[in-house]
Amino acid sequence: MRSLAAALDGLLSAEEAARGESPVHELDSRAKVLVTALFVVLVASFPARAVAPLLPFLLFPVVLAARGGVPAAFLGARLLVPLPFVLLLALPALVLEPGETGWRSAASILLRYAATASAALVLLATTGIAGVASALRSLGVPRALVTQLLVLVRYLFVLGEETLRMDRARQQRSFGGRGLGLAGAGPFLGTLLLRSWDRADRVHRAMRARGFDGTLPDSRPKRFGAAEALFVAGWSALLVALRIVDVPALLGHAARSAFAAAGVP
Amino acid sequence: MADALLSPAVGGTLWAASAAAVAGASRGLRREADDRKVPLMGVAGAFVFAAQMVNFAVPGTGSSGHLGGGLLLAVLLGPDAALLVMTSVLALQALFFADGGLLALGANVFNLGVVPAYLALPLVFRPLAGRVPGTRRWAAATVLSAVVALQLGAFGVVLETTLSGISSLPFVPFLLAMQPIHLAIGLVEGLATAAVLGFVARSRPEVLASAAGSSSLPGAEPAPRSVRPVLVGLLAGALLAGGVLALFASKRPDGLEWSVERTARASGQSVPGAPGRAPLGIPEVAGILATLLVVTGAGFALAPRRRKPDGARSPESPGGAGPRR
Repeated sequence: MRSLAAALDGLLSAEEAARGESPVHELDSRAKVLVTALFVVLVASFPARAVAPLLPFLLFPVVLAARGGVPAAFLGARLLVPLPFVLLLALPALVLEPGETGWRSAASILLRYAATASAALVLLATTGIAGVASALRSLGVPRALVTQLLVLVRYLFVLGEETLRMDRARQQRSFGGRGLGLAGAGPFLGTLLLRSWDRADRVHRAMRARGFDGTLPDSRPKRFGAAEALFVAGWSALLVALRIVDVPALLGHAARSAFAAAGVP
Repeated sequence: MADALLSPAVGGTLWAASAAAVAGASRGLRREADDRKVPLMGVAGAFVFAAQMVNFAVPGTGSSGHLGGGLLLAVLLGPDAALLVMTSVLALQALFFADGGLLALGANVFNLGVVPAYLALPLVFRPLAGRVPGTRRWAAATVLSAVVALQLGAFGVVLETTLSGISSLPFVPFLLAMQPIHLAIGLVEGLATAAVLGFVARSRPEVLASAAGSSSLPGAEPAPRSVRPVLVGLLAGALLAGGVLALFASKRPDGLEWSVERTARASGQSVPGAPGRAPLGIPEVAGILATLLVVTGAGFALAPRRRKPDGARSPESPGGAGPRR
C-alpha cells in the first residue's frame, strides 16, 4: 500500500508541477503531445543494440525539463520505481548474447526506457492531465474516452484515500498476517467497489444538478500560434536529423582526428 | 509491455487495432446515451487504479497477488465501457508510471483491455456463466475467463516482444516462462474477481442485476453488435500487421549485416552504417562522452536560475569556503 500512497503523492506533485509557469508550460498542449509522440516513435525505431546513437535523444527530455523547471528529483524518483521491472527485461541479454553484444543489448533497452519514460513524465509535468486530455480531444480521440480520463483523475484521489483508509484498518485488525490472504479479497475489494458505486451515484446526482449533459466542457484556451509551430517544426527537424545522423560517431571521429593532428597516438 | 521493447511497426499496428476498438466502444456507448455511466465509469477506473495496488497473500506460495481488473470491469460495465475505463487507467499509467510507455499503450490496451472485454467476456464468460450471478458455476466461469484472458495477454506480450526484435529473448523459452507465470497470475486474478463479484452478488445483488440489465435491454443485443466491428478491426489490424511486418522482415537484413560486418572486420575495414555493431573503440567512447557532456550541459544551461545571489557567489569561491556539504 506504500505504493498507492506514493503513487498518489507523485501524481499530485506532477499536477502541481504542471501548474507552474515556464515557456514550456505556455505552449499549447497539442504541440507538446505531437513532438512527444514523434520522439517516442523515433527512439523505438533504432535497431536493436543501438547505444551511442540513442544518447543525443536524451536532449529532448533534458531540455524540456530544464526549460520547464521540472525538478530533477521528481524525474529521478519516478524513473526509479519501475527500474527493477526494466532490469528484468534488459539483463537476460547478458546471458543470452555473448560478450559485448549482450551488454549493448541491455544498455540499449535501458536507454530506450530512460528516454521514452522521461519524455512522458516531462509531458505530464509541464502539461497536466487536463492539458493532455484537451490535446487528445482536438487531435481526434473520441470524446467518451477523454471525458473518462478527466473523470477518472478527478476521483482518483478520493477513492485512493478511501482505499488507504480501508487498508490501514485491515492491517491494524490483522494479527500475524491473518486475514490478509486471498479469502479477504472478496469482502475488502467488494466493499470498496460498493462504496465506489454509491459514490458514483451521488456524483451523478450532483453533476445533474449542475447541468451535466454527458460531456465535460473544455475551457482551456487553444492557440496554435507561431511559438507552437516553431516548437513542433524545430524539434521534429532536430529529432529526425539525430535519427539519421549518428552524432556521437561524428564527434568521436572528429576527436580522433583532432588527436591525430596534434600528434597524440 | 514497455516502450523499450517495442519496434514502431509492432507498436503502431497495435495502436491502430486498439484505437479502432476504442472508437467502436465509444460509438457503442454513445448509442446507449446513458449519462449515468459517465461518473460510474470514472469512479470504476479510480477503483481499479487503487485496487491494483492492494496486495493479497497467495496461500502456499509466499508471494502476493493483486487484482488486474479487466474482466471485473467487463462483467460489471459491459465490454464497451470496460474497454474505455481500462484504456483511461492504462493511459494515465503510461504518462505517469514510467513502466508502460506511450508507444506501448496500444499493446497494453489490447492485451489488458480488448482481450478480456471482447474475447474472454463474450467467448468464455457469457456462454459458461449462466444467468444467476453468485452461483458456483458463475464463479467457475469467472475464474476460467480470467485465466484465458491472462494467457492470451501473456501470449500477446511474447509475440509483440519477439516480433519487435529489440530484446534478444528467444520466442519459445520466453513463451515457456511467461505462460505458466501467467497461469498462476490468472488464477489469482480469477479468484479475486470471483470473490469480489460473489460478495457484491450476496450483499447488493441489484448492482449486478443493473449491470446485467444494461447489456440486455430489449432490442439492444449488445454482444453481436458491438463485437463485430471490433473483430473486423482486429482482422484488419492483423492483416496490416502482416503486411508491414513482411515489409520490415525483408528490409532488415540481420544476417546480411552480420556477414558484412564479419567480412569487413576480417579485412580490417571499419563498417560504414553499422556503428552500433562495431567493437567499442576510442571514437565511440569519445563520442558517447562528448554527447553526454552536451546533454547535461544543455540541462544546466537552460535550467531557470533561482536564488540569484547564491548562484552568483558559489562559482566564485574556488573551494576556499570549506566543506559546506
